[in-house]
Amino acid sequence: MADRILEMRNIIKEFSGIRVLKDVNFSVEEGTIHALVGENGAGKSTLMNILSGVYPYGSYSGDIVFEGKTCQFKTVKDSEKAGIAVIHQELALIPYLTIAENLFLGNEKAKNGIMDWDQTYFEASKLLERVGLKENPHTLVKDINVGKQQLVEIAKALGKNARLLILDEPTAALTEVDSQHLLKLLLELKGNGLTSILISHKLNEVTSVSDAITVIRDGEVIETLQQRKDEITEDRIIQDMVGRKMTEQFPARDVKISDKIGFEIQHWIADNELIPGKRLIDDVSIQVHKGEVVGLAGLMGAGRTELAMSVFGRLRGKNIHGSVVKNGKAIDTSTVKKAIQNKIAYVTEDRKSAGLILSNDICTNVTIADLPHFATRHILDKDLEIRTANEYRSKFRIKSNNVFQLTKNLSGGNQQKVVLSKWILTKPDVLILDEPTRGIDVGAKYEIYTIINQLVAAGKCVIIISSELPEVLGISDRIYVMNEGKIVGELSKSEATPERVMQCIISNQKVGA
Amino acid sequence: MNNQNTKKSSSVNLRQYSMLIALVVIMIFFQALTKGIFLKPQNVTNLILQNSYVIILAVGMLLCIVSSGSIDLSVGSVVAFTGAILGVLIVQKGMNTWLAIIITLAAGLLIGIWQGFWIAYVGIPAFIVTLAGMLIFRGLTLYILQGMTLSPFPKDFLAISSGFLPGAKVGSFNITAIIIGAAAMVLYAITEISGRQNKKHKGYAVSSNSVFFAKLVIILAVIAVFSLWLALYEGFPILLIILMVLIMAYSFYTNKTVSGRYLYAMGGNAKAAVLSGINTKKTLFSTFVNMGVLAALGGIVFTSRLQSATPTAGQGFEMDAIAACYIGGAAVMGGSGTVAGAVVGALVMGVINNGLSIMGVGSDITQVVKGFVLLAAVVFDIVSKKRSAEV
Repeated sequence: MADRILEMRNIIKEFSGIRVLKDVNFSVEEGTIHALVGENGAGKSTLMNILSGVYPYGSYSGDIVFEGKTCQFKTVKDSEKAGIAVIHQELALIPYLTIAENLFLGNEKAKNGIMDWDQTYFEASKLLERVGLKENPHTLVKDINVGKQQLVEIAKALGKNARLLILDEPTAALTEVDSQHLLKLLLELKGNGLTSILISHKLNEVTSVSDAITVIRDGEVIETLQQRKDEITEDRIIQDMVGRKMTEQFPARDVKISDKIGFEIQHWIADNELIPGKRLIDDVSIQVHKGEVVGLAGLMGAGRTELAMSVFGRLRGKNIHGSVVKNGKAIDTSTVKKAIQNKIAYVTEDRKSAGLILSNDICTNVTIADLPHFATRHILDKDLEIRTANEYRSKFRIKSNNVFQLTKNLSGGNQQKVVLSKWILTKPDVLILDEPTRGIDVGAKYEIYTIINQLVAAGKCVIIISSELPEVLGISDRIYVMNEGKIVGELSKSEATPERVMQCIISNQKVGA
Repeated sequence: MNNQNTKKSSSVNLRQYSMLIALVVIMIFFQALTKGIFLKPQNVTNLILQNSYVIILAVGMLLCIVSSGSIDLSVGSVVAFTGAILGVLIVQKGMNTWLAIIITLAAGLLIGIWQGFWIAYVGIPAFIVTLAGMLIFRGLTLYILQGMTLSPFPKDFLAISSGFLPGAKVGSFNITAIIIGAAAMVLYAITEISGRQNKKHKGYAVSSNSVFFAKLVIILAVIAVFSLWLALYEGFPILLIILMVLIMAYSFYTNKTVSGRYLYAMGGNAKAAVLSGINTKKTLFSTFVNMGVLAALGGIVFTSRLQSATPTAGQGFEMDAIAACYIGGAAVMGGSGTVAGAVVGALVMGVINNGLSIMGVGSDITQVVKGFVLLAAVVFDIVSKKRSAEV
């Protein structure tokens, strides 16, 4: 058995009297990939922030032993020097600098403060080779996609001679293909002796690449599972995470789908606003019955979000043609306001930067899309707002002190519930949900699926866009597969398997239907 | 849990009132240093009249800052430009005062439309557009006035800034000021108490009796003392009525109306605002149109106070207005800030100006002090926000 590269012993951390880590023991063996899983707020990030020096030595109790030495990191720089590198969910790259400049940011190849560009680019290409990224180091970071940026981050860590890599949700924003590539790279690097700690909500990834899995719940380590020693199943991990047996990831739905078509997009065509002559959406027609959940599957960049945003107030695309039909009548959705008035709602994929006003409280966020209904002759009834926000807070179980809590202080799942409240408040007949469960934990996911079930039970139409295939397959009654702005397949629930979906994308032809 | 809630809300309230408390402390400080001259009835009236234009501009500026974190650099030049228009119309052409005022306000509206168009619909940064405006309108002022100062203005125009409501003196008290003060107290008490009853009736949560009545009594006392002080001098200034209507109207607008809420929403997160069906372009446009009109109003008030239209009028006013907003707690990136805060910010600077000048301190040192106060206020705001975020 390999040596332990890292041991964290009896870690206790409190925030204003509340214990968020309760005597955590966590150790990682050298040359392994060790997954750390748990619901949001379980304490994973806190533990990693202690390890990387974000919370300085002295603000917690317990010992950190790294490569046999007891460490007392006061800053992130200290932990980096020791050989620990963190790759955060939000990438820390500077878009208008080149790949090479980013690789050596804070660690410049320089002599007496004067840059040695030849060496910089030479070393950069060597690092890029190690992570298998075929890009010119002179390329600006803004010009490469998120998947490649992620690789640049890893290369940057390697450049600092990191021996322990901590990856926080590295595949959350990646396509299926990029995710696979990244995980393969981690395995390769493991072969070269690099140790990684992988924080992820995607249990299938976790179980496929990790040598060990530690589950944290409510600031305590529940158990550490060893590959080839313990029986590792997703069910067991989920049970550990949520502390209760979850028979199904998706709540049962017993809704009779109406024969009536509630919502229809007909021959929707939009041009790309940046590249002249390129179609963003190419003759897309979809139908949603009342009480039906329709999934839009596809790789990232397949045009699903673009479709939704071009329909919802023409926020994307130009020269838009086609019609939107609700309950047999054509409706105008040319501005967001008109779309809302026609009872269409779109829950954006990016709740932080486009869904919420983070500096505002729950109450203001909940009412903002339906504000005129809280006013008589333009004058707001604040009491009514507060009462309504309280209703939704208890209905959707938004964990918070009160409705005046700022949304930036909520966990991802609770933020998402605020966004959902805001849209359900507009009483939509059609709800388009774009990545509704991205980056949120299993328990909150389940609750959001339950909300979706309630909506269709009330006869609404729901369209779900998700990059996680198991989710689309699990929640949808019917699935459209999109690729390059076109519908390339339509699958019923019984036909839909991950393989069929990928097949549709690859063959790029209509099958089934 | 409950305990925690109340604790949290009281600390938030304290921060809200911290600038007001600072203002009171500064006033007491000057009262002591000037051996009681500072709070003499005459000086209190003066203080209000002196700072009226900064308050007017700060209210407009606040809306720009809240909606988008942008500032209008042209307001000082617009004050001069509208003053020049008044000079030409009233002094040179002998036009009717009211007609001239309406034309001047319309000119402000057009200026606002001009700048708002470029900012909101073409997407040019406000900083650039209004920097251009600063040069353009200053240049036009010089062109119109040909370097001359125009005066005299007729009495009815000068009354805007120096007139008082008519009223006899009873003893040493002006009766009008007393009546207005008493009316304001009754009105305030009735609206507060009936609002609270209404809330209770509908079953909404209300603050505890002691907190409610303590606040009520303090505010009533402030109104009483203030109106007595006005009564001890010449009475109720006409300009103060304009200011109060303005402050109340804009407080109401930002707090209680749908489009007021939209300002804060788009300042907090423009993307989320667009996705919530808010026409952010229209909102941004209207804040700059509003700024244009208020700058013209500032021009009217300042010209009336100066009793002449001069080419150099209004220089640096934009900075006073911007500083007032930031001292009053507006966020640099937009999304937060209150009208009351901006007014308090303007008063803080006005009080410092006035107090130091009574003490015989020159304008050089006064500027230095104002600079430090601005920095200190924003540092305090940011540090206390950080601290509350860490908890």
